[in-house]
Amino acid sequence: MNRQKRSRHHRLKRAVAPYLYLSPSLVIIGLLMLLPMVTVIGYSFQNSAVLRRDPSFAGLKHYQAIFADPVFWASLWHTLYFTCMSVVFHMTIGMIFALMLNSDRINPTLRNILRVLYILPWLFTAVIIAVIWRLLLEPNGVVNSILMQLGLIGSKIEWFSSPETALHAVTFANIWAGYPLFMVSLLAGLQGIPKDFYEAADIDGAKAYQKLIFITIPQLMPIIISISLLDFIWTMQVFPLIWITTGGGPIYSTEVLSTYTYKLAFSSYNLSQAAASAVIILLISLGLTLFYIRYQKAR
Amino acid sequence: MFRIQPAMLKIAAAAWLLGATSAMADTTLEFTQWWEPELPAGSLRAIMNDFEAANPGIKVTLVSGPYATTRDQISVGAATGTLSDVVGLDGAWVNNLNAQNALADMNPMMDASRFDKTQVADIIKVDGKAVMFPVASFVYPVFVNLDLAAQAGVTKLPSTRAEFLEAAKKMTHADKNQYGWVLPLSLQTPSGVQNDMMSWVWASGQSMMAGGKPALEGKPVVDMLTFVKSLNDAGTISPGIATKTEQEKVEEFVNDRVGMMIDSLAHVNLIRKRNPKLNFDLIPVPVVEGYTGKRGLPYASWGIGISAGSKHQEEAWKLVQYLMSEKVNAKLVSLANAFPGNVKAKPDFVTADKAFGKAFEIFKTGYLANEFTGLPVAEDLMTQFDVQAQKMLTGEQSPEQAAANAQKGWMAKF
Repeated sequence: MNRQKRSRHHRLKRAVAPYLYLSPSLVIIGLLMLLPMVTVIGYSFQNSAVLRRDPSFAGLKHYQAIFADPVFWASLWHTLYFTCMSVVFHMTIGMIFALMLNSDRINPTLRNILRVLYILPWLFTAVIIAVIWRLLLEPNGVVNSILMQLGLIGSKIEWFSSPETALHAVTFANIWAGYPLFMVSLLAGLQGIPKDFYEAADIDGAKAYQKLIFITIPQLMPIIISISLLDFIWTMQVFPLIWITTGGGPIYSTEVLSTYTYKLAFSSYNLSQAAASAVIILLISLGLTLFYIRYQKAR
Repeated sequence: MFRIQPAMLKIAAAAWLLGATSAMADTTLEFTQWWEPELPAGSLRAIMNDFEAANPGIKVTLVSGPYATTRDQISVGAATGTLSDVVGLDGAWVNNLNAQNALADMNPMMDASRFDKTQVADIIKVDGKAVMFPVASFVYPVFVNLDLAAQAGVTKLPSTRAEFLEAAKKMTHADKNQYGWVLPLSLQTPSGVQNDMMSWVWASGQSMMAGGKPALEGKPVVDMLTFVKSLNDAGTISPGIATKTEQEKVEEFVNDRVGMMIDSLAHVNLIRKRNPKLNFDLIPVPVVEGYTGKRGLPYASWGIGISAGSKHQEEAWKLVQYLMSEKVNAKLVSLANAFPGNVKAKPDFVTADKAFGKAFEIFKTGYLANEFTGLPVAEDLMTQFDVQAQKMLTGEQSPEQAAANAQKGWMAKF
């Protein structure tokens, strides 16, 4: 009887032990991630969330209001444009620079200098990047001056202040700020490709572009897909760069989901609707994250 | 050997009791504001120490932070019932706070203490409740670069809108990156709508409201929009309007790139520091042709109010009264380079500094005007107007259409 009891006790201890080891992490995740998330989801179903001590249940009202708002759809489109263009160009520029830095044809000293130069944008915070590009692209800034001297433009372009160019300008600034992540990751990947593959290709008479298409890119594909997905998730949530350069304007031409949500919360003080908008962003990010996790598992 | 005598114990117990009783008798007021970081170090605390000395039994704890943090803290405090006893207020917040029943009506307190209402520059009322006093006001006159004006042949500084347009045209030399006026309409901080656009309406004694509702389609606002459009069409406004911030506006003025700007008097010292050689003067915001009445002077203010949930409203009112009193108010605004909330107070900088002296004259001959004070979601209203103004300036719509669209958006918020 006593032995039975002891054995049950032992089994229980064994069953509980893993959870005890995990409990600090679970508590931290619960407090820092789940609790805020659940709270925000709760706010999105309340009227006058945060602002009233006794908020009433609102159902899906705030979601309906957001889906009926044309500015939301415009900001969704701008977010997609901003994100897709950023990821594609981050990847392209990152690949070009990584290939350049991995090439034996470039002098090692020059390569080291380029390595430092190319990685520079990564060292700046979003605020610094925004200020740099505001100064460069202002109507009397360096970019206009150079373009006018080269005869490429006839008059000053208001890059951030014109509805026609603002979204392209902020996307450009974000591309400049984000390519080093791809460059560094791809460079690490390139250095891991066995040289034998290229030697065999040389013996077969393969040309440079053929080696790129049939050896380099397939070998780098796992890195490209992983980093692209992560970059997509991160870029979708970019806020400071857009806020500081354009504030979502002119008019609504650079309004993205993050600035749209911020304005709802801190300009309109409509925290319930802001919470609903945040939940929509969360769902989109969640979809991408699940896709990423599935891809990682499949590998 | 030292021994504790019963008499010593009794004395110690009496002393402890006395101390504890006096500590319990003290009322501690919490005062949340963003002023302390903007004033010389220790100066607001020194004023509080004087208040505590003059009002034994009342202690003040200052809760200070930057403007934006304070705004968020007050919004959350109002919702959760943890608002400080005394709160620093911006006029743009009071409507929301009043809707949350977070602010006390100071009318009964004024009546009970026989407070002289004529001594305060303004009392901000919402739904008949006196919820805020402007303690210090930062007025917005027009700054004129006198060297640029002289080079352009502007001998008489503009007093009317037509004169302003002419002066702006003369000062504009786009080839030299020099413009007559600067208009910051960044959506990041849409206060340009209040300070740089609506100020033209208020200066002429006009209003953007009618019967407590927006009247943006009325002649005053449409005329103002038409005027701003005419300045833009004439190419007199420095480019980059839609993303320009107030800070950039000041930088352009400091660097001789614009001839005129509407700006806070609080920036005078900053402008002098950034460009000691800059030769500038201050004038009131020009008015519509033929207007001779008193000029409304746009302003931003440090307001003060009392929490409706405060358990120490009587003591809180004493602090408000103290800060609004002639001498203390003069001392506070002298430290802040602002104009007083008490009309009898005279800050010392107006006699010591010519520019401030002139601005003080403008202040005394006009009246404080800021119709965004007390409006619901004032910043959101400015953002909506800003978007419509931007559409007008890019040629997407006329001033009438801009006013009509802004009116529609504003009405939804009322």
